[in-house]
Formats: sequence, structure tokens, C-alpha cells
Amino acid sequence: MNRIDELFARKQKNVLTIYFTAGFPQLHDTRRILKALQDAEVDMVEIGIPFSDPLADGPVIQQSSKQALDNGMSLRLLFNQLRDVRREIHIPLILFGYVNVVMQFGIERFLDTCAEIGIDGLILPDLPLDEFTHEMASLCADRQVHFSFLITPETSEPRIRALDEASSGFLYVVSSSSTTGKRKDLSAMQPYFQRIQQMQLKNPFLVGFGIHDSMSFQQACQYSNGAVVGSAYIRALQEVHDRNVERVTRDFVAYILQPIRSTF
Amino acid sequence: MSIEYRVGGIAPSILRLAKPGQYQVDEKGYYGQFGGAFIPEMLYRNVAELREKYLTIMQEPEFQREFTQLLRDYVGRPSPLYLARRLSEKYGAQIFLKREDLNHTGAHKINNTIGQILLAQRLGKKRIIAETGAGQHGVATATVCALMGMECVVYMGELDMQRQAPNVARMRMLGAQVIPAMSGSRTLKDATNEAIRDWVNHPEDTHYIIGSVVGPHPYPDMVARFQSVISAEIRQQLLEKTGSELPTHVLACVGGGSNAAGAFYHFLDHISVQLIAVEAAGEGINSGRSAATTVLGRPGVIHGSKTLLMQTDDGQIIEPYSLSAGLDYPGIGPLHAHLHQTGRATYLQATDQEALDAAFELTQLEGIIPALESAHALAKLKDLELKPEHVVVVCLSGRGDKDMDTYLRYLPKEFRTEI
Ligand SMILES: Cc1ncc(COP(=O)(O)O)c(C=O)c1O
Repeated sequence: MNRIDELFARKQKNVLTIYFTAGFPQLHDTRRILKALQDAEVDMVEIGIPFSDPLADGPVIQQSSKQALDNGMSLRLLFNQLRDVRREIHIPLILFGYVNVVMQFGIERFLDTCAEIGIDGLILPDLPLDEFTHEMASLCADRQVHFSFLITPETSEPRIRALDEASSGFLYVVSSSSTTGKRKDLSAMQPYFQRIQQMQLKNPFLVGFGIHDSMSFQQACQYSNGAVVGSAYIRALQEVHDRNVERVTRDFVAYILQPIRSTF
Repeated sequence: MSIEYRVGGIAPSILRLAKPGQYQVDEKGYYGQFGGAFIPEMLYRNVAELREKYLTIMQEPEFQREFTQLLRDYVGRPSPLYLARRLSEKYGAQIFLKREDLNHTGAHKINNTIGQILLAQRLGKKRIIAETGAGQHGVATATVCALMGMECVVYMGELDMQRQAPNVARMRMLGAQVIPAMSGSRTLKDATNEAIRDWVNHPEDTHYIIGSVVGPHPYPDMVARFQSVISAEIRQQLLEKTGSELPTHVLACVGGGSNAAGAFYHFLDHISVQLIAVEAAGEGINSGRSAATTVLGRPGVIHGSKTLLMQTDDGQIIEPYSLSAGLDYPGIGPLHAHLHQTGRATYLQATDQEALDAAFELTQLEGIIPALESAHALAKLKDLELKPEHVVVVCLSGRGDKDMDTYLRYLPKEFRTEI
């Protein structure tokens, strides 16, 4: 069974997913960060494949991608770093990247490698639904690699249904139309999250973009199955001057989760 | 001379629905294997709205009337087709210059921005964003925004703001906010990234006026249609001047490829016409400082479109280089990728130096200072093996005012007057 499905079978609320950019802050931090996140009891991790021109990302993730590429990160190197990751990491892992990098690697080879390593899911925000259906859907299904589409407040109801149908694992609900890392007050978005919940979709859904503290995490989780935190964690990693990724990660996760643990 | 846009067999292309031809975009937004709409969901609604409405809006009689009227009375179309006598003598063929440099704002870019601002109004948009390289598209966008009283934000690479400073000043005077793009090589690609991100963050009220035949479907087709007025006029003007609508060669420079798309458009199905597109080779194709996409690129996705793209094995986009800010782009529009792949058009490359030489030559022979971009097209006249019976049209996409700093820096000795 895919680890994402196992996770949602076990836990339907407050699922915490954390994003980080592979190769940042240091080229070979990938495994160390994964271990730190798992030890901090994060439920799932999104590993960002750095890209030179990340259109959906705000300045923080752009900067981390640039630094990762300057450090020498590539998809091939990332796969090498992850080769035996399943010896120590047991939480679900998702790769987040832009379609050009995957296309150059070769879609089938990419999916084969994901399956070999034990990658559970994919998010490629600039891959159109049509292309996915024709080029990737069955290849993903054969390898039990899930694929999550994004929806936004602008996505029409029929399209939400179509994207939910094509997705597996979970649906990624973008908190408002924006690039990543815009801090915002999510209270105004509650009707939107509630509407999604009431649609009774096939997949669980996670809310992402702009979640940066316990308050926004809580708001994002009210009607959803959980939330994704990205830029705020990258910012915390930027500030690791003593290279103590473990402590920073532990503190960061505690900061995001604390009020939740007492509220729910 | 007055050209009635609706005369003869060359009624404006934008009136017609794309006829399914091998060089027209298909219903999925592809030219052969190139094109599509590789956009994040945040842009889906806006791009889908555009896709569903652009052809209908462009065919409305009222739209047509306003568009053609503005092109005539505001832009100054038709732009002359000028038989360049001394240039013709030098190269031994009849060489015509399509004078897009004489348009209001000084380049072909305004044909597209007039069309898109009228479209944006009909879509109920209040705010306009654009990217710009040489600043010509930014100026053309700021101009139509001033004309229509709309808010205008232009993204421009910080390096380009330095090398095309006069255009930054013009945009500001026209009321546009010019925001420097600081990432990457701080040029056109990076400005386009920032414009797309702005659109992601403003999905409600904003229309993105893309400046070339790039971006997600329907942009490449829409921009090509607005620019197709160039070849519609060429045909009619050639008929009057030579007795035949068809030249033997059409040359145009390619950054994203909009002036070339416009100059080629009505000749695409006439295979007797050689279509020649000229890319920027910068300091040399293999110098590592170049923007020669068809030579150095492979299929990939940039700015929402699958096309030829300069990139590393890992799929990272390579920072291009050209002395000319308008050609300094690591991709080309998907129509051009298709024309290249099918062999319908020939893609040549001109270095910075060749372009400079051609600019000085045109200035000396014809008294016309071309934009550095357009000079790339002129630079390939010498490579064409021309014959006296050849009728060559060069799309002079813009004028060189914005490039004076660069030209003065590279001025050949014989141009330097004694003080
Ligand atoms: C005068 C001129 N010609 C050509 C170009 C290149 O654009 P395109 O290839 O879309 O015609 C530019 C772009 O800024 C320009 O200003």
C-alpha cells in the first residue's frame, strides 16, 4: 500500500506536510533534513526539485532553488542521495518539481526511479491535466506513484471534480491565488475550504501556500485533512548558522504544531 | 497610399478562424509537437477564458473596426514598404524594407498591444501587466494603457533597464510602473517570469499582454494574428510595386518571434516564398554567450509552452546572451519551433558584430538607423546568394533610437567625425 494512503487511513486531521528544496542550504543536506523532519514527527515531506525558473514560487523558494543549483544540485544527484532512503525514512515522500526537468530526465525513467526509491507521490504544478492523462496517468498507476493536482479559489466546480478524479493520494488546495510564500490571513478563506470539504471529493485534501505559523496552520486545517508548510521552513533553514538542522527543524515543527496539540 | 484592410484575397487574417493548415495552431493549442499550455492551476481560469474568447472577440465587427482604425490613425499604418535602392545595388537583388520602425512608438510591438488592450477591455480587465526586453514592448504597452486609461505595470530585467534606458524613461513618462527583474541574468526571461508571477497573484482584474509569440496557448496564435497585419500589407504593397504579391524571400529577426511570425504569416502556405528567421548568436554560436535557440536548444517547456529551449542536460534553462536586449531569450515561440522542425522556415544566426556592421551599413546606405534587433535580419543579406530577379523583404522591426548608447560605443572609425 502506498504510504500516502496508509497515512490518511490512519490520520484524517492536521496532517503536517513540510516542503524543502533539495540541495539547500547545503548540497548534501537532503538526508539529514529528511531524518530531522521524521524525528520531529512530521507526517509527510515534499522534496522540491530545484528549477532555474520556478514560476509558481515566490522569492524565498526561488532563492533556495537558485542556491541549490549553485551548490550543484540536479535531479540525477537527488536520486542518488535518495537511493537507499527507505532504510531510515518511513514517512511518505513526495517530489515537487517543474515539468521541464522531468521531461529532460525522461518521464518513464523518472517514474521508474521514483518507484525504485520509494517515492509515494508527485506534484508537477505546470503539467496540464490533458498531458497528465495521456502521458503519465497509467505509468503512475502501474508503479503506485500518486499524483496530486493543485486547485485554487478560481477553479470551477466541474474542474475541481476532474482534477480530483485524476489525482490520487490527496488533492492540493492552494490557499489563495498566489505564488508560494505570501503570508496571509486565512480566515477569509474558510468558506472556500468548507466548500471543498462539502464536495465530498474522492481524495483527502491538504491546504498549502502561505502557511507560516500555528495560527495559519490551524486555519488551514479546520476543514481540510492537513496543511503544507514550505517557505516558512526554508526561511528557518536559512537561519541555521550553526548548521544544527536538527534543532531548527524540531523547534520549527513545535512552533507550527503547538496550539493544535492543545486545541484538538 | 492607403490600404483598405479588407480588400482582395488578403482580408486581415484576424477576421478568419484558423483554417486547419499545417502551420496553424490546432484545437489543442499545438503547432505539431510544440505549444500547449503548461501553466500552474493559478493561471488556468484566465488562460482558459482567453482561449475560449479570443477568436470570437477578434471577429466582432466592432473590434475589427476599432482595431483597424487605431492601426491606421494612431499607429500610422500601413507602414511603408520601401525599396532600398543602395542596399539593393550592394546585394544585387530588389530589397524592400517593411518599415515597422515608422510605427508610433518605433517598432512592430504596438500592432499586438493595440489588439490586446482592446481584448482586455472586452474581458473587463482593469490592470495590465507586461514583460519587456528592449523596452519596445513595454513602451507599446504603456502607450496603449495611457490611451485607454488603464493601470500598467511593466517588468524589465535590471540589465535591460540599463542598456535600454531611454525606453525606461518613456514608459515612466507614459505612466507605467517599471519593476526591475533581479533574478537570473536580469533580462527578458526573468522579466517574463516576474510578469507571470504577478498574474498568478492577481487573477481577478489583470490581463497579461505578452509581447511575443510565446507563452501558453492561445498567446502564440493571438499575437501572430495581431502581427499578421505586417504580411497582409506586404502582399498588397508588393502587388502594387512589382505586380506580384509574393516575394522570393522574407527575412526577420527572432527573439520570441513576433515580428517574424507577422511577416511570415500570409506566406506560410506559399512554399515558393523562402522564409528566413535570424536569431542572435551573441559572441558566436558556440561561445557560451549566445541566444541561438534553434542550434543550441532542445524541446522543453518555458513560460507555459513546449518549444525549443536552451537548457542543460538537467533541464535547467540556460541564461542566454545577446548584445540586443530584444533577442536575448533562451527560447522561441512554438510556431517557430514547428517551422524550424518542418523546414518551412530557415533559421540563421547573426553575431553581435555582424548585427552592428549591418546597422552601420544601413545607416550609411539608406539613412535609416535600425533597431539592433532588426539589424540581425539585415546582417544575413550577405549570406543569401541573391540574384537580380530576387524580391527580398526585410522586416525592419524597429528603429535604433533606443540603441544609440550601444551604437556610439561600437562606432566604426569612419563614422567618427573630427572634433
Ligand atoms: C525592434 C524589435 N525587433 C524585434 C524584437 C524581438 O521580438 P520578436 O522576436 O517577438 O519580434 C524586439 C523585442 O524587443 C524589438 O524591440
